[in-house]
Amino acid sequence: MNKDIDINVEYLTRVEGHGNIVVNTSNGNIETCEWQVVEAPRYFESLVVGRNWKELHHITSRICGICSIGHTLASLKATEDAMGIKISKQDELLRKLALHGENMQSHVLHVGYLVLPDLMSVGSVIPLASSHPEEVKTVIRLHRLANEMSKMMAGRTTHPQRLIPGGFSKIPTVEELEDLKKRLAASVEDLNTVADLLAQLAPGIPDFTRETEFISLKSDDEYALYDGYDFSSDTGKSDVHDYLDITNEYEVPQSTAKYTKNNRESYMVGALARLNNNYEQLTPLAKKVSEKLGLKPMNFNPYMNSVAQVVEIVHSVEDSIAIIDELLDKGLKPQKNFHRPDVKVKAGTGVGAVEVPRGILFHEYTYDDNGVCTKANCIIPTNQNHANIQLDMEKLVPEILDKTEKEIELTLEMLVRAYDPCISCSTHYVDVKFVE
Amino acid sequence: MKQKIKPKVAFFDLAGCEGDQLQIANLEEKILDLLNLVEVVSFREVMKEHSDDYDIAFIEGSATNDHAEERLKEIRKNADIVVAIGACATIGGVNSIRNKQNHEEVGERVYGDNAELSELYISWEKAKPVDAVIKVDYKIHGCPIDRDEFLHVVESLVVGRVPNIPDYPVCVECKLNENVCAFEREEFCVGPVTRAGCDACCVNEGTRCWGCRGLIDNPNEEAHMEVLEEYGLTPEDVMKEFDLYFTWQKEARENE
Repeated sequence: MNKDIDINVEYLTRVEGHGNIVVNTSNGNIETCEWQVVEAPRYFESLVVGRNWKELHHITSRICGICSIGHTLASLKATEDAMGIKISKQDELLRKLALHGENMQSHVLHVGYLVLPDLMSVGSVIPLASSHPEEVKTVIRLHRLANEMSKMMAGRTTHPQRLIPGGFSKIPTVEELEDLKKRLAASVEDLNTVADLLAQLAPGIPDFTRETEFISLKSDDEYALYDGYDFSSDTGKSDVHDYLDITNEYEVPQSTAKYTKNNRESYMVGALARLNNNYEQLTPLAKKVSEKLGLKPMNFNPYMNSVAQVVEIVHSVEDSIAIIDELLDKGLKPQKNFHRPDVKVKAGTGVGAVEVPRGILFHEYTYDDNGVCTKANCIIPTNQNHANIQLDMEKLVPEILDKTEKEIELTLEMLVRAYDPCISCSTHYVDVKFVE
Repeated sequence: MKQKIKPKVAFFDLAGCEGDQLQIANLEEKILDLLNLVEVVSFREVMKEHSDDYDIAFIEGSATNDHAEERLKEIRKNADIVVAIGACATIGGVNSIRNKQNHEEVGERVYGDNAELSELYISWEKAKPVDAVIKVDYKIHGCPIDRDEFLHVVESLVVGRVPNIPDYPVCVECKLNENVCAFEREEFCVGPVTRAGCDACCVNEGTRCWGCRGLIDNPNEEAHMEVLEEYGLTPEDVMKEFDLYFTWQKEARENE
């Protein structure tokens, strides 16, 4: 057993943003075991103060490049809630497609480009391009499909344009939707290839469990992503307007990101939380893939989050096909380009909650009579996971002290990566340090 | 056959959303072509390996604290060519909106009474583009950057050519796309003074130009006067009305 360990991973790689992992042991006693978030603050809650309601979603989209559609949707929902703006059923379905596109894009990027290298014992996807060209091309094809779908719905793959308060500035055509449906259906073969590959590599996923609380949106009608009520696996249902009672943010000195807790000292959000809370509402093929990969609720292994993401990719493909069918069956109501929904500007406060790739996201804004923002609050999924990562590390480190320093470091890096942290959202860093 | 030596490139990020580095992943199959042109030696977002031996550095994000300044100086020392990518790095981006806000209030709005809790929270009063701290050789504009423009810059640098970055307003590209002018739709648009190169992508999608590629070099002489005259506006009117992305540039030009 290692009596003295000094792990100091500064700026963890293959994650979005800047975080450090620091573990020190002396004579087998753990002296430091910390997940540190050292991203430079970006002050979005201040940037939007004094800005007009038409600009807010454009500014807050910039919180995160990877989940810019999700941030835009949470922002629009908050503005719409504050001003009592209703959107049409058609626009809601189109927004759901935009969100599916982004969730698929983000999950494929994470599992295919960031997690796969650990399971295949290489430092990045780059060497895999020559050692496993077919697998890498499959991942690229799925990634491209997801991006092209996002662009079709939102106008751009990153930092969308078509999504505006009250609806859309431009919508896809019937032909585009029909084409997308065909391509989604044809992608099932690629999805099976990825699921098979993951099933082969599954023995490399660390076997670790720690009971925790899972928080996500939930809906009576579907696997909740775009809308629903808050749901905790410990404390049950609550209204999204009461989100502060769940998040209970607090500042800690080792992090520029705030931490959160609800019923326990920490909780988890993201694909695994959603799957645990809403498994029964997954599409049939998604459930089949979940079974094949050995994932069923309640699962308390945070490393399985990446597996849950693969299940969700399958769900998004199947559910998107169903949504397109619904749109086409009803007959897509045409809309002129440069559309401006009718909005009556008024003062108020509103909350928008959306399930984005990394978990539940809240935006809350207050507007004055002129539609100028006077106050804002954004609670990002990765923030809600920081405390859970910290507590996982505290349980995990003593269990793996008999491994080599290098193995411990990799196991800890893989743990943080499994959460798919988006640290620049939550504010920027990953760094693992071992001390001799 | 003798293998040609590929230039070594590295990617770095400061305060930003990492949406520009994401555009490299979004090159999809073209990434494989890119890997034939250059050797990537550091890219924290996608690889574990890191080396300080590189020829070209791509930097995303704004500089907002002393730590960023140290990192930038180190990068400048190591690289022959420094390229700023994305609005946060080229012009301060949306980060610079806060440059006009009271710095103390900015901290309080985000961290409340705990704004002094950690030295990690310490940030400069102003978010700065990279060239406010170190010399920058080229800029790839946009929020996010355009993937094809990124490829054009890389291909140019590899063969030792100066990349071609437009210095005319977005209106030129917008007209070619035959969009209904935003002013005609009673929207405000900064296309007449904003640098083109994006193919007017936001207007094409039904909105307006927000200015993410920054001001053209000389708005008073190069602005799209035809559009401005039609709606009775001057370049100053446009720049005064809307400053989502122009805060740093306007301040820097006033101080010149």
